[in-house]
Amino acid sequence: MELHDLWFVVIAVLWTGYFFLEGFDFGIGVLTKLLARDRPERRVLINTIGPVWDGNEVWLLSAAGATFAAFPEWYATLFSGFYLPLLAILICLIVRGVAFEYRVKRSGERWQRNWEHALFWCSLLPAILWGVAFGNIVHGVEIDADKEYVGGLLDLLNPYALLGGAVTLSLFTFHGAVFAALKTTGEIRYRARSCATWLGLLATGLAAAFLLWTQADQGKGSSLAVLIVALLALAVAVGAIRAGREGWSFAFSGLAIVATVAVFFLVLFPAVMPSSLDEKWSLTVSNASSSPYTLRLMSWCALIATPLVLLYQSWTYWVFRKRIGTQHLADSAH
Amino acid sequence: MALAPETLSRWQFGITTVYHFLFVPLTISLASLTAGLETAWVRTGKEKYLRATMFWGKLFLINIAMGVVTGIVQEFQFGMNWSDYSRFVGDVFGAPLAFEALIAFFFESTFIGLWIFGWDKLPKRIHVACMWMVALGTILSAYFILAANSWMQHPVGYRLDKGSGRAELTDFWLVLTQNTALAQAFHTLAAAFLTGGAFMVGIAAFHLRRGKHVPVMRTSLRLGLITVVIAGLLTAVSGDLLGKVMFKQQPMKMAAAEALWDGEKPAPFSVFAYGDVDKGHNSVAVQIPGVLSFLAHDDFSSYVPGINDVNKAEQERFGPGDYRPTIPVAYWGFRWMIGFGMTSFALGALGLWLTRKKFLLPRRLRTGEEEVPRLVLLRAPLGARLSRWYWRLAVWTLAFPLIAGSWGWIFTEMGRQPWVVYGLFQTRDAVSPGVSQGEVILSMTVFTLLYAVLAVIEVRLLIKYVKAGPPELTEDDLHPPTRIGGGHGDGDGDAQQDRPMAFSY
Repeated sequence: MELHDLWFVVIAVLWTGYFFLEGFDFGIGVLTKLLARDRPERRVLINTIGPVWDGNEVWLLSAAGATFAAFPEWYATLFSGFYLPLLAILICLIVRGVAFEYRVKRSGERWQRNWEHALFWCSLLPAILWGVAFGNIVHGVEIDADKEYVGGLLDLLNPYALLGGAVTLSLFTFHGAVFAALKTTGEIRYRARSCATWLGLLATGLAAAFLLWTQADQGKGSSLAVLIVALLALAVAVGAIRAGREGWSFAFSGLAIVATVAVFFLVLFPAVMPSSLDEKWSLTVSNASSSPYTLRLMSWCALIATPLVLLYQSWTYWVFRKRIGTQHLADSAH
Repeated sequence: MALAPETLSRWQFGITTVYHFLFVPLTISLASLTAGLETAWVRTGKEKYLRATMFWGKLFLINIAMGVVTGIVQEFQFGMNWSDYSRFVGDVFGAPLAFEALIAFFFESTFIGLWIFGWDKLPKRIHVACMWMVALGTILSAYFILAANSWMQHPVGYRLDKGSGRAELTDFWLVLTQNTALAQAFHTLAAAFLTGGAFMVGIAAFHLRRGKHVPVMRTSLRLGLITVVIAGLLTAVSGDLLGKVMFKQQPMKMAAAEALWDGEKPAPFSVFAYGDVDKGHNSVAVQIPGVLSFLAHDDFSSYVPGINDVNKAEQERFGPGDYRPTIPVAYWGFRWMIGFGMTSFALGALGLWLTRKKFLLPRRLRTGEEEVPRLVLLRAPLGARLSRWYWRLAVWTLAFPLIAGSWGWIFTEMGRQPWVVYGLFQTRDAVSPGVSQGEVILSMTVFTLLYAVLAVIEVRLLIKYVKAGPPELTEDDLHPPTRIGGGHGDGDGDAQQDRPMAFSY
């Protein structure tokens, strides 16, 4: 296994961590309008991810930074090529981050309502756009001989990619609903369960369509195996949440996300951004990567830092392991 | 008027970066200062320290929220607007960025969550350790990103790959420890603490002028003043060091900073200059002879090359072209940076002298814990009017280092134009060829408007919470849990089940 193959795996792991963790963050954001009936319930949902959303978001920054360091060509082509979708994602992440922190800082009705709207829309949009972006990466876009994306914005909004967006949105919302059922107490917990059941069925249908399309289009043996894991995991997650086994359900909805991202990357390998114009213009792990020295250096960093990060982030989840309900909300007169 | 392709991208990077850096120095310094105050509480048990911790912690959080979200854009902007730059330097430049994310960002973001929500979940020693972790994260992150920027100012530890034409990393340790990076980090961190100290002084003075929240604000005022004086001194020392490094590495930047058109021996320090850039000389110049030689080489008689000399030398080295930055921006940026920075230092030193209260003072001039520190000078107290003036000036102090910091970075970054990597790669070659002007105009407009709106919201929130003053403490605040997860070790498990959280969004 060459170093750039290892780094392909590391980047895949970072994106997987991001989607697994921020997946339920986005889901909770969307559910503030789907599931919560009033402000206290919305606050309960927001507070299930209160202490951890920021740390979850850093997985994205790490994925971007690691891509810059390990595959500069990929970083440059992807971010300059998908300019407008990325701009929309960034705007959402900015507003969403501020919404978490500032919503509670004033008690005015309009102030709180506006931030809640912002939180909903800025969770919904990135959840869709990440799927659209990855759908396009996997499917291949118009990349010319200079490694530049030469397509337009509308080329990115093709049916396959839009279906990918629907898949990530439904998966994340399902994941979020299961997380909500796992972390709350009282009435909202039971509503989260029934909501999760429906969302799970929707996510399973969409994911099956999208993954089978991907498989038919450009699948391999390994991606077929992982695809089956993804769909089975979704089925188990739905069954578990119906049976009230929230912990198991969360583990399997998470596994479904991990497997879906794994399908993306398995189909992609050894390319990192295939060109739909000509195969020889595709960006691959070998022609887009950094020098061996940089990759070796980065490997040491990742090898030491990543387990530590997993360790102290898990500890955070353990510290805040208690369920919360409306009775636990602090007086909002901050 | 046809815009050069890089003009819009430069404006966008400038706006977003200056904006980001309004929050950065406050975050870096307030993290440590808040952690220090909380440590004082843990060690002494005095309530005023806990109240101070909560007050400054709240302002710190309002500020870090903006720092974080404006920072997200920076991570992607290289690839979005500067893709050719990213391709050329990614091998070198990406490593410190990835280190920063993997090590520092995770630290900050995870432990700040623990600190915000952990008041009723963590024993106090662990709680305060979380804030120290955040402080360490902010400093580490600053170091990595400054090492990356220093590499752009003075590329080392790389080779140019013959086949691809890219810069390839050969010595990461050198990139992290070259003198540019060390001096730059020293200077930026010192200036960050000057900013945080001045922020504290300003807000404490605001309350003391009204005679409110005296015990907490007295403590904060002294802490702020001491920080301002020490950090101000370090800023000056490190600035001098950095200047000497720059005279060696980027003579053009320093000549532009002094509007020194032609090399002189000994070289004068310019107090005021007004010149004609096209003709390449000053029409008005007020100068102190010999000082520039001293700043550059520690003696009053050595030769310092001027803008025209360096331009000629660079043309011979790199081929025809104009290698001069925008002279007025470099010249005035350098002056505003020093002027505003040193003004706040001077006010801090004055304040430290005026509010000292112990030992050598006659008893009638000493003040108790509950009184506003009486401003004393030698033997007689300052008159009421002079005192009022001092408090008023002290409030304004908080803005000066912010202005100085912005101008310092504008000088640093614009002083190296037309280079994006000095001597290697020009800004005009760095932009994304695939991104249209329309897209850049769109993103720049959106970011500028959004940032402006958020800035207004943020400043109004800060004002609201500054005016509200330190919180009153509850029993729960004074008796943090003894076990991780919120247990108090007194076995009333059921009663604790439904206790409200200490903080919730």
